[in-house]
Amino acid sequence: MSENISIPAQAEVKGLGEFIRFMISELKPRGKVFTPFNIISGAIILLGIVLIIYRFAKGLGAVTNLSQDYPWGLWIGFDVVTGVAFAGGAYTLTCMVYIFGAKKYSPIIRATVLSGFLAYAFYAGALLLDLGRPWNIINPIIGNAFGLSSVLFLVAWHFMLYMITELVEFSPAIAEWLGWKRLRKFLMGLTLGAVIFGITLSILHQSGLGALYLLAKGKIHPLWYSEFIPLLFFVSSIFAGVSLVIFEGTISHRVFKDLINPNLHASYEKIVAGLGKIALGAMFVYLFLKILVFIHGKNWEYISSPMGYWYLVEILGFVLLPLIIYIAGVKGGSIGLIRAASIITIVGIIINRLNISIIAYKWDAPIRYFPSWIEIEITLAVICAEIWAFRWVIKRMPVLNERSDYKWMH
Amino acid sequence: MAKGMLVDLTKCMGCRGCQVACKQWNQLPAEKTTWQGTYENPPDISPNTYTKVRFVEGNHKEQFFWRFYKTQCKHCLEPACVSACLVKAMEKKPGGPVTYNEHRCMGCRYCMIACPFNTPKFEYDKAIPRIRKCQFCFDRQEMGRLPACAQTCPAGTLKFGERDELLDIAKGRIYKEPNKYVHHIYGEHEAGGTSWLYISDIPFEKLGFPTNIGTAPYPGLTKDFLYAVPIIFIAVPSLLLAISYIKNRRNEDKVESKEGK
Repeated sequence: MSENISIPAQAEVKGLGEFIRFMISELKPRGKVFTPFNIISGAIILLGIVLIIYRFAKGLGAVTNLSQDYPWGLWIGFDVVTGVAFAGGAYTLTCMVYIFGAKKYSPIIRATVLSGFLAYAFYAGALLLDLGRPWNIINPIIGNAFGLSSVLFLVAWHFMLYMITELVEFSPAIAEWLGWKRLRKFLMGLTLGAVIFGITLSILHQSGLGALYLLAKGKIHPLWYSEFIPLLFFVSSIFAGVSLVIFEGTISHRVFKDLINPNLHASYEKIVAGLGKIALGAMFVYLFLKILVFIHGKNWEYISSPMGYWYLVEILGFVLLPLIIYIAGVKGGSIGLIRAASIITIVGIIINRLNISIIAYKWDAPIRYFPSWIEIEITLAVICAEIWAFRWVIKRMPVLNERSDYKWMH
Repeated sequence: MAKGMLVDLTKCMGCRGCQVACKQWNQLPAEKTTWQGTYENPPDISPNTYTKVRFVEGNHKEQFFWRFYKTQCKHCLEPACVSACLVKAMEKKPGGPVTYNEHRCMGCRYCMIACPFNTPKFEYDKAIPRIRKCQFCFDRQEMGRLPACAQTCPAGTLKFGERDELLDIAKGRIYKEPNKYVHHIYGEHEAGGTSWLYISDIPFEKLGFPTNIGTAPYPGLTKDFLYAVPIIFIAVPSLLLAISYIKNRRNEDKVESKEGK
């Protein structure tokens, strides 16, 4: 890579005064402020903040449709359970690059880790809104009340540790942004350890999110409940994450066109084809497992019912169909098909996670849960805030391009 | 020894004195309700109603029946809610009661997902909410007194005592009047056994008792997964380290062989 396509090297930010001045200048918005996207998303975020204050003043009942029958709604089922599945791209790609040595994915590794980290920070952070007594969230971490027999205890710890791990994985970019050479060298040395730790944590908490629902035996429709939920959650988080990376890349390449390293532009098609291969491999395993669970559970009798038809829609329309499109896209080398497959897969993952957490949960209850407009609004606000944070970092730190003095996009 | 409660449905006359006594002892406010079309009130147990008597009409052996049964926390021997709670807000006391400590609770409501009897209820209408449920009057038990409901029961439906002895009594009653009672003690094995035991002359499924619960203790559902955690924590990192080591060695070999030429 030659000098001219990289971002110019930057002087080290020295001393507290300079650091504060640098931060203030960086906090200022870059580019046009009043774009249609900014106006709409800004309004959504503002309204979201007002509603969040209202939620803490009045309690969950005032803003959500949660009930004694449905203690977990959209904020858990979508924000946490679905959002975390989509963050699976980070551990999959760090495994490919740092463990299997597939260097072709290096150029997109920082963007993927960043979006993974932000997904945890915002979506798992949205959990705080859902907790009735959020100040007690420190109890599983410090204190004398460790519920060691709880899957949720494990998931909570892994969320926290994994967020730290992803921050470590991303931290060289922050050090480069500030021009802190020695710190960067130290942080780079931590990467392999962080990656290995992060993959282990991810396997456990992706499956752990599924394992939470093992206790809901008899409450989740038998077509979705099985002792294999943890394994299914783990395997599907691979192609969920990778599909999101493909989809996100499609948008990033339009929106941040000028920020992207030209070499990345050139190799991008190869990367997408490779990602498509990973996704279809994981999806194939997933479909196989799903069929196995279906036969093992003797579930034929449930198929000819409304829930059964819905199950078929999920499996045929949102697993088998995108799998076939992925295969066609990878075989024919068609980026368009791979992108289409990734979008269908993303919708499919949303359907699957919502099925287990909401739709097939107490499917026979007389009064079903449907999220209130405030639940949906606050969820949109969280998504918009995450996009803003992502954009802020992308526009300032070396994520889509490298700086001339630090090479990492081998 | 573990305490229990035997509920003999053949003796209940539906006076709901237990419901009132429970509200009084636990200082629970009344609920505003509307006409439901039955004598039952309120419609379900709730944050302000720990126990409630259900009225069930139906047909059994071509005979009309009208039965009443008290619902509340069953105080499982191995409770799902306790295994689900990540902060030990739910605890199984050695004497039998499953208690709740609001000072530890973070309000995640996982206990509500886990409980096979849908017992824990959440105060959705409060800014600082709690989980609410029957705690088997553990405070009264500590003072050597009967739970409020058993104290007040005028019909002898509720019998408080050692769970083992209550099981013997229940079996004795069924043995003495085998044609009257259903040959099943609900709670002896359900969900691994519960502190509350029910005997009845009408089959439990006809009364609307949950019968899909099984006899395995609920904490066992996540045990396998939790056992796998330390194994994965040892196996996966060592495997990944080994792979990355081999891969890097191979890359170095390639570089060396190139340099050798």
